[in-house]
Amino acid sequence: MSIPWLTLAIALPALGALVVALLPRERAELGRRLTLGVTLATLLLVVAMAFNFDPSGPRFQFEEVIPWIPRFGVYYAVGVDGIALLLIVLSALLVPLVVLAAWRERDDNGGTPGAAGSADAERAGSGNGYFALILLLEAMMIGVFAAMDVFLFYVLFEAMLIPVYFMIGRYGRGAERRRAAVKFLLYSLFGGLLMLVAVIGVYALSARSGAGTFLWADLVGADGALAGLDPATARWLFLGFFIAFAIKAPMWPVHTWLPGAAGSSRPGTAVLLVGVLDKVGTYGMLRYCLELFPEAARWFVWPVVVLSLVSIVYGAVLAIGQSDMMRLIAYTSVSHFGFITLGIFAMTTQGQSGAALYMINHGFSTGALFLVAGFLIARHGTGAIADYQGVQKAAPLLAGTFLVAGLSSLALPGLSPFVSEFLVFVGTFAFHPVPAVIASVGVVLAALYILWMYQRTMTGPLPPALSRLRDLSGRELWAVGPLIAVIIAFGVYPKPMLDVINPAVEQTMQQVGVSDPAPALGHVDQAANGGEGASE
Amino acid sequence: MNPLPHTALAAPVITTQPPQIDYALLAPLLVVFAAGVIGVLVEAFVPRPRRRAVQFTLAALALVAAFVLTVVRVALLPAGGAGLTVASASIAVDRPTLFFQGTILVMAIASLLLIAEHRHGESAFAAQAATVPGSEEERAHVLAGSQHTEVYPLVLFAVLGMLMFPASNDFLTMFIALEVMSLPLYLLCGLARRRRLFSQEAAVKYFLLGAFSSAFFLFGIAMVYGYAGSVNFAVIHDTVAAGGAGALPGGGPLLLLGIALVGVGLLFKVGAVPFHSWKPDVYQGAPTPITALMASGTLVAAFGALLRVFYVAFGGSVAEWRPMMWVVAVLTMVLAAVVAVTQRDIKRLLAYSSVVHAGFVLTAVVAASAEGLAGAMFYLAAYGFTTVGAFAVVTLVRVHEGGAESGDIASWAGLGRTSPVLAGSLALFLLAFAGIPLTSGFIGKFAVFEAAVSAGATPLVVVGVLSSAVTAFFYVRIIVLMFFAEPAEARPRVLRPGRLTGAVIGVGVVATLVLGVFPGPVLDRLSPAPGAGTAEAQSVPGGFATTADLFANR
Repeated sequence: MSIPWLTLAIALPALGALVVALLPRERAELGRRLTLGVTLATLLLVVAMAFNFDPSGPRFQFEEVIPWIPRFGVYYAVGVDGIALLLIVLSALLVPLVVLAAWRERDDNGGTPGAAGSADAERAGSGNGYFALILLLEAMMIGVFAAMDVFLFYVLFEAMLIPVYFMIGRYGRGAERRRAAVKFLLYSLFGGLLMLVAVIGVYALSARSGAGTFLWADLVGADGALAGLDPATARWLFLGFFIAFAIKAPMWPVHTWLPGAAGSSRPGTAVLLVGVLDKVGTYGMLRYCLELFPEAARWFVWPVVVLSLVSIVYGAVLAIGQSDMMRLIAYTSVSHFGFITLGIFAMTTQGQSGAALYMINHGFSTGALFLVAGFLIARHGTGAIADYQGVQKAAPLLAGTFLVAGLSSLALPGLSPFVSEFLVFVGTFAFHPVPAVIASVGVVLAALYILWMYQRTMTGPLPPALSRLRDLSGRELWAVGPLIAVIIAFGVYPKPMLDVINPAVEQTMQQVGVSDPAPALGHVDQAANGGEGASE
Repeated sequence: MNPLPHTALAAPVITTQPPQIDYALLAPLLVVFAAGVIGVLVEAFVPRPRRRAVQFTLAALALVAAFVLTVVRVALLPAGGAGLTVASASIAVDRPTLFFQGTILVMAIASLLLIAEHRHGESAFAAQAATVPGSEEERAHVLAGSQHTEVYPLVLFAVLGMLMFPASNDFLTMFIALEVMSLPLYLLCGLARRRRLFSQEAAVKYFLLGAFSSAFFLFGIAMVYGYAGSVNFAVIHDTVAAGGAGALPGGGPLLLLGIALVGVGLLFKVGAVPFHSWKPDVYQGAPTPITALMASGTLVAAFGALLRVFYVAFGGSVAEWRPMMWVVAVLTMVLAAVVAVTQRDIKRLLAYSSVVHAGFVLTAVVAASAEGLAGAMFYLAAYGFTTVGAFAVVTLVRVHEGGAESGDIASWAGLGRTSPVLAGSLALFLLAFAGIPLTSGFIGKFAVFEAAVSAGATPLVVVGVLSSAVTAFFYVRIIVLMFFAEPAEARPRVLRPGRLTGAVIGVGVVATLVLGVFPGPVLDRLSPAPGAGTAEAQSVPGGFATTADLFANR
């Protein structure tokens, strides 16, 4: 059976985007329904694809290869391994929830202090535009994870910036959104252009013998076109890719665009931005940096580990100091992405499995946090923590979901992020104990920033100004409920995800030419099993 | 084509032994030339009220016919060879020529549509250019509805020069082409209907600086002639390749001087730093449709000529001219990008952007390879469509109904809310300029940078990429203003695009997207199949012996 699963999953939202964009302005209701329908259909398609994925089969499945620009050896090549598959599922799951959450955004877009009424009215009328951008973004997100051609990946990696740029700059909130959007775009473009040099370099090198190619499968491996690369060249190329991915991820010290961008976005945009788009950075490190340039990746292990540790601690400390909820959540993500890169560059099976799993779980937990914070902001019109107190008395459901999402963000055992964080720790410890110990500081700080935020906003006496705060509506529950369910379900039973991820990680490790450090191996395996057992 | 000896100027031979000329190969040039001449007669004999319609029809038909003939000529080229030379090897008809000519003709047709756009009896051109700006006489002409229909033949002559410029196979033909192209443009620059002082200033500046550069070019030709004893590219190429054997003893410095001076002349037309200073003033002052023609057609023609001179005539001394091109390319990309950031007028900004793009194309010239040629050609075509579209948008945004164009970028704030389609098109063009993937600009940039990296010019590409990041800043700033800012107090009046302008913008949008998403067919045409070179090249396995073999030259 050869259903072009991935092409369908890319084409469906792309066509939907076109239709929604062409709808007349007055048909906003139809546009929203259509968007939801298309995203749900895409989700169904992707889930059906996931059930057709055979974890014990070949690493890459659902492959399609069609020549695109023969002159440059560019192919429209898609295919997924376990990691890409889960990231695609994550994207397809988050998008309908974001659509639901943004359903009435035009009504409650009061978060722009001082904006002229006429401008708000004008913005409200452009609902279709926002939903069309979401659909376009979904198509590109699925495409970028499915790409099996370096050129195709790069094209989507860069093109994705444009819808997000408009989603922040045009439909964002707050007076700073314009600057935040430009900052986001320029940072990403800068990284992307450096990557372009590296991409061209890869092509030029692949053309050393015969026709050049961008096909990932032809580039990697001992007999690939990049085999036998001069180490110095490989390190430069690695850096070209890595800086782009580090900006995207975002990693200290190139993270500074994220808090502004997330703080100025609609919550839905922030969910997609942090929950999915930033994963392209870490995914790119795993798939492209490591496998295209294994030698360089091994050479850069320590610098990246150090940067990751700085990100973990720095992000957490700054999160504690934030006064705006959206910015706070954004900084927690800087910390969490530190864990992911740490796991990837620990170069151990547990570390990379944990990092891959972390990418998924972080999408769930941060997505839920952003959504609930967004609901709260939509009700009261401000994201400042100091403006809230005792919310749980007025809106217990909202406070409850916020707490669960928060606890998952600090990796409470029993919730899904715990498993991934634990695996990262085990993997890092096997690599070297010192980074593991330093990283553990991040866990303590995580408890601090999450619980302190919860305490300040949700507990205490209820001020009169907040006494009429509505609790979550049915629509909002539908938006955040599935995430909470997934967080709990995979917290208790993470095996299905790990089963899909592990083969891909093993292949990656093999490709990079690293294996788990021998002395600690038995001990670590036990610990890992023990950890999973405990969470079950 | 014919077995004439090339050791001397061909003129004396012609008198005794008339050359056989394959007119079919020259047909597009002849058609455009004939239409220009007929246009002059139309001015004399057709009654005033009907002149515009007749001139426009004539010019449009001529350009379309020339384009069709250009496409037909592809079939006339012998398979396997680079191409043919005609008229005593003074014109080369090969694949690059045909591509450049086809591109120039398409750009000329698009610009012609903008030139012909009329609303309320007003075009972009002065009612009577000879009147003093602001005088009673001018008012009288405006009220009487005078118009300069001479614009059409002038454009045709300029296009003729553009078609000849990249096809010339010796320096004298090339110089004549340069002048035929430039003289009408000098005049056309001074014909703007609004802000006539700016326009006249632009014309004077362009003329003076252009005359200077022509002089440089001519002086360079003299030096090269002194070195090689011929102005024919094939002879110069052979002499250079042979290390000056058979030429003036110790003539090496002559060659270097010649390369430098000819280079100045050509780089001036291209608008590379430090010979770019005319561009912002001229682009700003000229009537916008003429600016569109210069930014697309002239640029393509100038690069076509530049590539032919440096790849064919000086193809044997790449090592000598490459450092010069490196320096110019780096200066162009860096300086123009930085200066562009400070611009407040949209036409000046597009002018600086054109300078930066010239720098990007120069990185492909530096490559001196088949890939470099193909990359440059693709880039120029892609950029031409985008830039014509962008200038078409500029013509529509006015200070007030029937007023001058609103050049100040600040006044464009909120345009995305009031005219989403127009602003969306311009945003697409700007993204293409910035080289965002899925637009033609990205593929072009990739093609030229790839050629440069393959030729070992990686540092140049790094500079290019950093400069791209800077240019992205000012393109994005315009998008921010249009889409994210509240409409300005004195917001410009956006005219409804007429059918002609609308068509130009539409074609620009479609070309920008199609060349960005499906560039395959075009790119395949550009790069010659391996082994398709001349006999000389086939003796060298795996491609072309020299860059000269990419062109027909003997």
